Amino acid sequence: MRYRAPDAAALLTAELDAFTAIFHRPSGITHLLASPAREILALLGEEPLDGDMLLARLADRYDVADATRDALAARLDELVVAGLVEPL
Amino acid sequence: MADALILARALADPQSLALDTDWIGLITTARAEQLLGTLAYRLDGLPLPEDVALLLADARASAENGRRAALWEAEMARRALAPLDCPVVLLKGTAFVAAGSLAGRGRSIGDCDILVPRAALDRVEAALLAAGWEWVKPDPYDDAYYRRWMHELPPLIHRTRDRMIDVHHTILPPTARITPDAAALLADAEPLGNGLSVLSPRDLIVHAAAHLFADGDLAGGLRNLWDIHCLIDDHGSDGLAARAAHHGLTRETARALRLCHRLFDTPVAPEHRDLRGGDALYLRRVLARDDWGRPIRPATRFAFYVRSHWLRMPPAMLARHLWTKWRR
Amino acid sequence: MRHQFTVRIGPIGFRVGSDWAAPIAALQDLYRYYPSPNLPDFTVRLEATHWWRRWLRPSIRIGGDYMLPEAAPLPLGFGLLAAEMAMNLQLALGGRRYLLLHAACVARDGEALLLTGESGAGKSTLATLLAARGWRFLSDEFALIDPETGLVHPFPRLISLKNAAIATAIAARPDAKLGPLLVGTPKGDIRHMVPDALAVGAMDEPARPALLLYPRHGFAAEKRGVPPAESFVRLTQASTNYVAMGEAGFTALTRLVRAVPAQAIDYPDGATAIDQVEALWRTR
Repeated sequence: MRYRAPDAAALLTAELDAFTAIFHRPSGITHLLASPAREILALLGEEPLDGDMLLARLADRYDVADATRDALAARLDELVVAGLVEPL
Repeated sequence: MADALILARALADPQSLALDTDWIGLITTARAEQLLGTLAYRLDGLPLPEDVALLLADARASAENGRRAALWEAEMARRALAPLDCPVVLLKGTAFVAAGSLAGRGRSIGDCDILVPRAALDRVEAALLAAGWEWVKPDPYDDAYYRRWMHELPPLIHRTRDRMIDVHHTILPPTARITPDAAALLADAEPLGNGLSVLSPRDLIVHAAAHLFADGDLAGGLRNLWDIHCLIDDHGSDGLAARAAHHGLTRETARALRLCHRLFDTPVAPEHRDLRGGDALYLRRVLARDDWGRPIRPATRFAFYVRSHWLRMPPAMLARHLWTKWRR
Repeated sequence: MRHQFTVRIGPIGFRVGSDWAAPIAALQDLYRYYPSPNLPDFTVRLEATHWWRRWLRPSIRIGGDYMLPEAAPLPLGFGLLAAEMAMNLQLALGGRRYLLLHAACVARDGEALLLTGESGAGKSTLATLLAARGWRFLSDEFALIDPETGLVHPFPRLISLKNAAIATAIAARPDAKLGPLLVGTPKGDIRHMVPDALAVGAMDEPARPALLLYPRHGFAAEKRGVPPAESFVRLTQASTNYVAMGEAGFTALTRLVRAVPAQAIDYPDGATAIDQVEALWRTR
């Protein structure tokens, strides 16, 4: 299954120390994300990816090497429930 | 006594407002009738006192946030129901903004109302519960009442977004004396291109009329009539009479047209241009709001309240319902 | 309505209608130096719960543009409290021009100190004590943040003093004008104090937020820096209209928590708190 996130124009972001505050324009909902959720969101906003591709890009681009497949699935589920990521 | 006629006139003909209008009275009436956002869009761009313009700009911004939130609820319902592969038709305010109707401009939108086939109701319910919606009230009497007698599931609220969804399988309760053709509503709905659809232009009007007269106690009646005025402005009213007859809602639709014409100068066929018996009472009811936002004409209001229950249920049931409600 | 009153408090205009003369007379007396609005932003209604309740055991239903269905009626003797609660409620639920933070606010040299915390944290008392020492009082209830400028606008309504705070505030400002002592309200004893002349005279002058404090009463003196993300979460919860403000609320709040240093302070008593606040203000 592939996942998709809104492109950057749909999000308003503000870095707040260890967190990123995100205003999601289509919903008007504010989210406070930490790593690696914000990196996941950024990658999926560029193009839809499946779990394996996402894991590889996270390691490649952000040095998030310790992410396991299970942990990633849990983060993705949270993002899907929040409406930030849509399974295709 | 001052009533909401000032608001109806302002909506119908914004240019007619004088600079020395009782602005606070107009604004308060509009707020109380949930029409401030609508009024704010109607008056946008006209020369207004500065404070009035500022207040209405706030109301437009607020309505825009509301529009966005309503469309998002529809989108989340779409995502939850997409695997079921059943038609999902948006109703009322959400439908107006999704379809870009004039009726959606500035409209306040509360719950997300959707229409699905009755046969799919159980699957829809399960899918929504799995996607984070919960029952609003776990009261067994109310639940049994809804399932047995209503045209919708008991209301569901989303756990984190705190927004309600009403899932309908038709547009009037099975106990009402009129049974609209739910299959035709679904069959003729117009796709929005994202997996959701809205009722056809004629059905939008017929539904609004049904909701106003055959179901409700006319609370929010002025807003409903404004919806109908806008829907006619969008698409005209050709073919409306035939469609209303098909659903058994000729009387309700004709009355809505007469009241709209009287209140808003809505363009209607010649036979709907004069008021008929009983219309005056309806006008008294939909305009029963004073310039302090207070409900007025309590006797008229109560008459319509009783009538709404009468229409919905046979008398014995009505007694049982009022009794159960009263005992608590 | 039969009895009417209008007032402008900072940028917010109200009109209050009442079935009785007494609440309006009290408002006219206490708000006598306040201006009248060109256009009230909100309407408040103090209505009899039933028509006969206008005379017999008079009971006020708090109404207006925005209402809470569960709000309990108040006896006529608490009419001033009912009016104040209703005005607050309108702004809290209906305000859309400013991001509303549940906070007391005072200023010095055009720079504002925001005190936010739950009811009972001593916001009203601290703001009153600071005002008695020369700070300009902006509000004891709401900080109005303008999303366009980031400035905080005054909302110097009557200061609502509760229980022990009544004596403390009167000791600090012995010549202040006071409303009637309301004994045994749902929130205990309440007395309204009119803000000083500086606060009322400068109600149209906003200030730049410079320090954000989260006070907590009844603990040994302590302070702790609060990082922006924590402030952000706490202030979204302390705001009555953050969600309704949409993008403007997000912009205003993220700007505020990034620009303004924040500290949580515990304090045992008012005098200690004042010293803590003055020290933090000097080193902000």
